[in-house]
Amino acid sequence: MDSLALTDIVADYGTQRVLGPLSITLAPGERVALVGKSGAGKSTLLGIMHRHWQRQGVALMPQELGLVPSLSVFHNVFMGRLARRSAWYNLASLVRPFRRDVATILPLLEQLGIADKCWTASGELSGGQRQRVAAARAIHQQGELLLADEPVSALDGPLSETVMAALTEAYPTAVLAMHDVELALRYTDRVIGIADGTIALDAPSHALGPQDLRVLY
Amino acid sequence: MDSYRTGKAAFWHSPTVRTSLAFVVLAIACALLADFRISAHDPWGELGRLLLGVVQPNFTAVDYLGEAILRTLAFAFVGVGLGAAAGMLLALVFRHRTVRTLCAFVRAIHELFWALIFLQFFGLHPLTGVLAIALPYAGVFAKVYAEILEETDPEPSRILPHGTGGISALAYTRISQAWPHLVSYTAYRLECGLRSSAVLGFVGIPTLGFYLDSSFSQGQYATVGALLLLFYGLIATLKLWVRPRLLPLYLLAAPFLLGSGLPIRWQNVSRFFTEDIVPAPLRRGEGLDGLLPWLGELLADQALPGIWNTLILTQVALVVTGLLTLALYPLASRHFTNRLSGALGHTLLVILRSTPEYLLAFILLQLWGPSMLPAVVALAIHNGGIIGHLIGRRSNAIALRPDAPRGVERYAFELTPRLYGPFLAFLFYRWEIIMRETAILGILGIATLGFYVDSAIQEIRFDQALVLIVITALLNIGVDILARHLRARLRLRHTATSEP
Repeated sequence: MDSLALTDIVADYGTQRVLGPLSITLAPGERVALVGKSGAGKSTLLGIMHRHWQRQGVALMPQELGLVPSLSVFHNVFMGRLARRSAWYNLASLVRPFRRDVATILPLLEQLGIADKCWTASGELSGGQRQRVAAARAIHQQGELLLADEPVSALDGPLSETVMAALTEAYPTAVLAMHDVELALRYTDRVIGIADGTIALDAPSHALGPQDLRVLY
Repeated sequence: MDSYRTGKAAFWHSPTVRTSLAFVVLAIACALLADFRISAHDPWGELGRLLLGVVQPNFTAVDYLGEAILRTLAFAFVGVGLGAAAGMLLALVFRHRTVRTLCAFVRAIHELFWALIFLQFFGLHPLTGVLAIALPYAGVFAKVYAEILEETDPEPSRILPHGTGGISALAYTRISQAWPHLVSYTAYRLECGLRSSAVLGFVGIPTLGFYLDSSFSQGQYATVGALLLLFYGLIATLKLWVRPRLLPLYLLAAPFLLGSGLPIRWQNVSRFFTEDIVPAPLRRGEGLDGLLPWLGELLADQALPGIWNTLILTQVALVVTGLLTLALYPLASRHFTNRLSGALGHTLLVILRSTPEYLLAFILLQLWGPSMLPAVVALAIHNGGIIGHLIGRRSNAIALRPDAPRGVERYAFELTPRLYGPFLAFLFYRWEIIMRETAILGILGIATLGFYVDSAIQEIRFDQALVLIVITALLNIGVDILARHLRARLRLRHTATSEP
C-alpha cells in the first residue's frame, strides 16, 4: 500500500471554514484515533479521507451506518464484497445467497453476537444491533484501510470491546473517530486531537492518559 | 360582528373553496350544454333484465367463459409484465428530458387508441393487444418507478466498496430500499392491467370485452351476468392467487395463452408507415399548399367539436365524481361504520372501482341509448369508487376526540374539512385520467374525440385518425400540467406512493 498523505486540506461550509488547512500522513499498520468535541470536524475529516483514498481499498463505516433497511443482515454484510463479484453473482445472491458466502458471514455475525438475526431485515433491528451489522460489513470487506465514525457509540461495555477488537484485528491500518477516550487509547497507536478545525494534538497513544485529552473538550 | 365578517371573508377567500366553487359553476354551465337524454324506449326493463342476469347467471358455457377469463389474464400479465420491465429500464434514464417527454406522450394515449393503431398493421395478432397494454403502461411505470427510486436514501451507496459495478450498486441500494413500494405499485397496476385487458375486447382482442359484446348483442343476459361475476371474483381475490412465488409461473405461462390470432402481414406494416399515415395531400403530391386546408378542415370539422365535447363531458364527470366521492367515503371510514356495515361499504366500493368505466359506459349505453349520461355515470361511479376508498382509508388515520359529535355533524365539521385537501389532490390527479377516458368513450358513440378517431379509422382515413390521436394526447398532457399547477398552488402534497 502507498503511504497515505493529505497535504494542506481545507473544508468550507458556505463561506465559513470548518476544517484546515491541515496535513496528515498515515503509515501502513498505524491505527489512529480521531478525538475532539462534536462539531470539531472529525466527520468532515473522515469524509475527506474517504474521497482521497477511496481507490486504495477503503472500508467506510459512517455514523449513519448506511444500511439498507429492507435487506437482511446477511445481504447488508455481503455488500462489503460487491466489488469482487460479477453483477450476475450479486443479483443471484440477492434472490438466493450462495452457501460459501453464508459460511463466511455467519461466523462473523456469531463473533459479534448477531448470528440469530442473519435473515432479519436490518430495518427491524435495534440501534446497537444495526451498528454491529455495519461493523460486520466493514470487516467482511477486508480493505486496506478502515475509516469509522463512532463505530461503537450505540454499544455498551463488553459489546463495544468485542466490536473494537474485531475491527482493529481486521484492519491494522485504521482511522477511528471516537468520543470514548479510554477505549480510543486502548485500541489505537496514535491519537490526533481536532479542535476548531485544526490538529491540536498528535501523539502516540501509549504516551497519553485520559487527562491529557481533556484539554480538547 | 367584525369577527363574523372576517370569518365569512376568510371562508370565501380560501383558495381551496374558490377553486372548488369555480369547478362546480363550470360543470353546471357545461351540463346545460350537454345532451343527457335517455333515448332507449325501455331503459328500465333492459336494466332489470341485466340485473336478473347477474342474479341468475348462466355458468353452463364453461369453455366460452373459461376462454374469456384465460385470455383476459394472459394479455394482462404479458402486457403489464413487459410494461413493468421496460418501465424499470426507462426509470433509470428518466432524468433525460427526451425520455421524460417520450413517456409523457406514450402514456397520454389510451390503451384502446394504441390498440386501434396496432390493429391497422399487426391485425388481430396477439402482439396488438400486448403492445396496446405494454406501451402506455411502460410510460406510467417509468414515471412512478423513477419517483419511487428518487425517494430512497442515498447513504447506502456511499459505503459501497470502490469498484462496485453499476448494476450491483443499483440492485443492492436503491432498488432494494424501494422494493416494497415498487411491489405494491406494480400489484396495483396489475389490477388496472386486468381492467385494460378486459376492455381491449371491445375492439376485437379476444378478452372479456369481446365475449361481453357478443353476449350482449345476442341478448344473453345470463351469460353477461356470469362474465361480470367472474371478472369481479377475479379482481376481488387478486391477493389470494397473485403470490410472489407463483408470479414467475404466471409470467412464463401467459405468453403461450394469448391465442394464435391472425398472422401479421408485413406488407401492411410497411404500408401503414409509408402510405396510410401520410397526410392525404402529401400522398397526392400537393405539398404544403394542400396540407394547410386539409389540416384546417380537419380541425374545424372534427378536432374542435371533439375537443369541445371532451372538455364538457370531462368537467361534468369530474365534479359528479367529486360529489359522489364525498358521499361515498364514509362507507370506508371507521368513524361512520361498525364492523358489519364497514365490511359491506368496503365491498361496495371495491365493486365500484373494479368496474372499468368503459365497460360500465358500454352497459349503460346499451340500456339507455347514446347520450352523455351513460358516460358521466360510468366515469363518476368508477372514479368515485377509487377516490372514496382512498379518502375513507385516509380518514381512518384521523383520531377524533372521545366526545366528538356523531352523524352529520361529525361528517361536516370533523372529517370532511380535514380530508378536503387530500380529496382535492386525488381528484386533480384523476382529472387527466377522467379526460383520457372521456376521449376514449367516444368509441362507443358519444361525440368526444374518440368518436372522431374511431370514425376516421372505420373510413380508412388513418392520416386524420393519427392527427386526432396526437391532439387527444396533447390535451391530456395539458390537463396534467394544469392539475399539477393547481396542486402546487393549493399546496396539496402528493407523492408517488400515495397515488391511487
